[in-house]
Amino acid sequence: MNNTNTRKLLMDRSADGKVGTTMPSIDVPLQPLPDKKFLRKNLEMPQVSENEIVRYFSSISQMNFSIDHNFYPLGSCTMKYNPKLNDDIAGFPGFNDIHPLQNIDTIQGALEIMFDLQNILAEITGMSATSLAPMAGAEAELAGMLMIRAYHVNREDFKRKKVIIPDSAHGTNPASAVMAGFEVISIPTDNNGNTNLEALKNVVDDSTAGLMLTQPSTLGLFDTNIIEVVNIINSNGGLIYGDGANLNAILGKVKPGEIGFDVVHSNLHKTFTQPHGGGGPGAGAVMVNDKLVDFLPDPIVTKNKTNKFDLSKPQKSIGKMGAFHGNFGALVRAYSYIRTLGKEGINNISEDAVINANYLRIKLKDTLDLPYDRICSHEVVFSAKTIKEKYGVNALDIAKRLIDYDIHPPTMYFPLTVDEALLVEPTETESKETLDEFIEVIKVICEEAKTNPDLLHNAPHNTPNTRLNEALAARNPKLNWRNTIEESN
Amino acid sequence: MDNQYQSTYTPNTPKIKKEMLSDIGFDSYKDLFSDIPKKFRFPDLNLPSPTSELDLKNELSKIANKNSIPGEYSSFLGAGAYRHFIPSVVKQITSRSEFMTSYTPYQPEVSQGTLQAHFEFQSMVCELTDMEVANAGMYDGATSAAEAVLMACRINKKFKVEIVGAVSPLYIDVIKTLTQAIGIEISYNNIETILNDDDDEPACYVIQQPNFLGEISDIEQLKILSNKNNALLIAISEPMFLSMYQTPSHYNADIVVAEGQPFGVSLAYGGPYAGLFACKKNYVRQLPGRIVGETVDSNNKKGYVLTLQTREQHIKRERATSNICTSVGLIALMSTVYMALQGKKGLKYLSELCYHKSHYAAEKINNLPGFKVQTNNFFKEFTISSPIPIKELNEHLHKNKIIGGYDVSNFIENSMLLAITEMNSKEEIDNLITILSQV
Amino acid sequence: MYPENLKYSEEHEWLLENNGVATIGITSFAVESLGDIVFIELPQAGTEITQFSTFGEVESVKAASEIYSPISGEIIEINEKLETEPELLNNSPFEDGWLIKVKIADDSEFEKLMSAKEYESFVNAGS
Repeated sequence: MNNTNTRKLLMDRSADGKVGTTMPSIDVPLQPLPDKKFLRKNLEMPQVSENEIVRYFSSISQMNFSIDHNFYPLGSCTMKYNPKLNDDIAGFPGFNDIHPLQNIDTIQGALEIMFDLQNILAEITGMSATSLAPMAGAEAELAGMLMIRAYHVNREDFKRKKVIIPDSAHGTNPASAVMAGFEVISIPTDNNGNTNLEALKNVVDDSTAGLMLTQPSTLGLFDTNIIEVVNIINSNGGLIYGDGANLNAILGKVKPGEIGFDVVHSNLHKTFTQPHGGGGPGAGAVMVNDKLVDFLPDPIVTKNKTNKFDLSKPQKSIGKMGAFHGNFGALVRAYSYIRTLGKEGINNISEDAVINANYLRIKLKDTLDLPYDRICSHEVVFSAKTIKEKYGVNALDIAKRLIDYDIHPPTMYFPLTVDEALLVEPTETESKETLDEFIEVIKVICEEAKTNPDLLHNAPHNTPNTRLNEALAARNPKLNWRNTIEESN
Repeated sequence: MDNQYQSTYTPNTPKIKKEMLSDIGFDSYKDLFSDIPKKFRFPDLNLPSPTSELDLKNELSKIANKNSIPGEYSSFLGAGAYRHFIPSVVKQITSRSEFMTSYTPYQPEVSQGTLQAHFEFQSMVCELTDMEVANAGMYDGATSAAEAVLMACRINKKFKVEIVGAVSPLYIDVIKTLTQAIGIEISYNNIETILNDDDDEPACYVIQQPNFLGEISDIEQLKILSNKNNALLIAISEPMFLSMYQTPSHYNADIVVAEGQPFGVSLAYGGPYAGLFACKKNYVRQLPGRIVGETVDSNNKKGYVLTLQTREQHIKRERATSNICTSVGLIALMSTVYMALQGKKGLKYLSELCYHKSHYAAEKINNLPGFKVQTNNFFKEFTISSPIPIKELNEHLHKNKIIGGYDVSNFIENSMLLAITEMNSKEEIDNLITILSQV
Repeated sequence: MYPENLKYSEEHEWLLENNGVATIGITSFAVESLGDIVFIELPQAGTEITQFSTFGEVESVKAASEIYSPISGEIIEINEKLETEPELLNNSPFEDGWLIKVKIADDSEFEKLMSAKEYESFVNAGS
């Protein structure tokens, strides 16, 4: 799509007198306005007519890849199909138009959905209680770490200043731990992709507040040292936080609460299909066992003896995560999804997700490097190390070339512990046909790496923009219509 | 445990899966879970059975209808989330699957739609707030305020924060949550006390304009506060207010945050919303959240990318400016389309309309025996005190199909916040007056 | 491969000594692993630094790396050009891309640094 007009911004399409929307009538007597000196003199916003606005946004939207159009094998993101029913249900006026501060008696239907979802998520993860307050996975991680901190402070154990995090962890883990006031101790993964037990034993002591672990890990592997890891942390008085980004792999196959996690979160925009929206909104439910119930974020939904629902603040709550009660719109979608699938459907997700990922593992292990040759979970990490050494083509080049085949790149250079990493997560909503096509394309690209590496170095070729100069954007930031950072000096 | 269930979302049938498993080298999917300790493998999930679309819609619409819905009820409830009209185009555009089902724009070549739209959003937020740079949105206004506080503490390397005047208790709660673990001390004072205290220099002052009770503060005082010392001035504002009144740059605010929900976003029982976050350009490297910047590609064609990414968690990890990852992409788009539709004249008109309606209502209420308007200088929201407790008053209103205002009796006895917008017709307002007069 | 007249640290900084003043920068190896440099954060002149402690940060598009001083002393000058031309680090890491000049406090600290050949072996060993 090379329409240069598409790139013209709203201010460049603007002309005085164009009208974008109709104005409601002034049906009250006019009141004396404040003195002009209190009012703004100018508001530079575009003036564009409605149909031009529709055409503009519709055209630029077509420069995007999206799940409804493209395969997204994005490791750790769970880019699965977003069911349309969920949007319809979230759009019911009774859910869409209610105000967060309405009297409790007037929004019992909303609380009923939230209460049910709390219970469902606790059941799935094997936990005692849930708060739906966090508005994204990272916020849930922060909540989890604040709860662990509060737990130790409540026990009057003020030494617990450190949190152990594997070096393969998602960046939000250490970032959240630091926001919760902890010092981060990083530990390596062993050669089998499991937590390095020796390294763990070396760093654990009575200053350890806890461990943050993703299970299965960001390498797409179920950590087989988990029981030992739990023992080591627990016997030293620490708690275990489970990053639930990879919940898709274990729904109905294992409950984190049963194997020893004290708190886990779930990304509702990953496992439970809240649409990714080009970067949000998400929602991050956090589930805890009995040790942490009193510390949950405010609010949780409770039900009294007369079956009336209420919003409650847990006794020793870490506080509110947002002005209101969480991303209710996302919660409704997650709830609708879970109710559509039911027990059988939820069980089925992890089956299909894990089959799909292992299928890709087997079919591509001789094309790309496979750092961990063992059964993977819902995602598999490959490496472009050999291809880089032989042909000078790296993971980035392969990823960008996939775009020319209408496939979104996999997650690249993550986890940090794998060289030239390509983390591939097909999800359960992709067909064998799509996977076979992906396999074929990867093989073709690896052939191209040998015979025509420049094609890959300069990829993508068929997009509205070819490779963009990120250094220029960072050196000389132009972040809005008005001016560059340098010019206004 | 083998089930013959086939979801509409998973295309591989049992037959196809069997083939795939055979390629993988196993008989059953169960073999693929052998890494899970046996004791914990395959627990029972106590969940209801699958539900059809038809049945689920029936069930959930009944539950939805248990709620009192603004629209069926006239609503005067605000306090941080406001009922404004959303033109049809907003939903149409933001329901496009290219926007709704796309991923965070880390691969710019396949995300120019999202990136260009975010660039427009950032630009519009800068115009609205009259600040030099803005990010692509935060979770909500309250977390924006909290992150602004953290940012000010990083910039000034100080750990004391001063909350000035009547700031939303909901926002204060969130600021407390995000600062509780890192040794940041919060104090509360009114502006007169602070202006008279020469010694104190916190990392930042936090004001809300209009304040939580609807009062618009004297800008001259805010200017003095801003120039008092090196403390950053964080202004919490509101987008419709910003469309009409003097902007925070007039009192030299360093960071401006606001709740973006009034612009194109449904109330949806509190979320998802979008926090607006703008600041002076010299603080740009301390900004939390995603930022989109303009650049060129290898053919020198203009395009957009996420920039200054080294601030963020995926690169800086424990040294990131914030842990924020997924934020509010689609919601920011709703506000972008809304602002584009309204345009400069529409926003001016609408904000003035809200002003006319709220002042019309306030005058009438002030004339009711027993009621008094407590706010002198206000925009679309003001505080009224009532002759009876607010709980009782709101029950009376509800019986008459009116959703009343937010109870602020802990600020002023028997008082509530009333918000009037273009969604409240003259008939609705007159009806409110009538029902109040029955008290 | 690496300029012979310089000394090197394990954190990939170089040092040029001249009349009690050390000019300090980061090596081509460090710059190559970072990629296109976009921003450099340096302290002000007058700041005291100690050997092997951090004094600033170099940012590329995809990474940020702390800079460790190879020597102790007082910073007497910083390379102001880097504010508007961070690409100097990519184009000329050992000359125009110098970061700071330091008044050397204790030249016995040089013993802890490497020669060009030693640094080359260090890099090849896979640091």
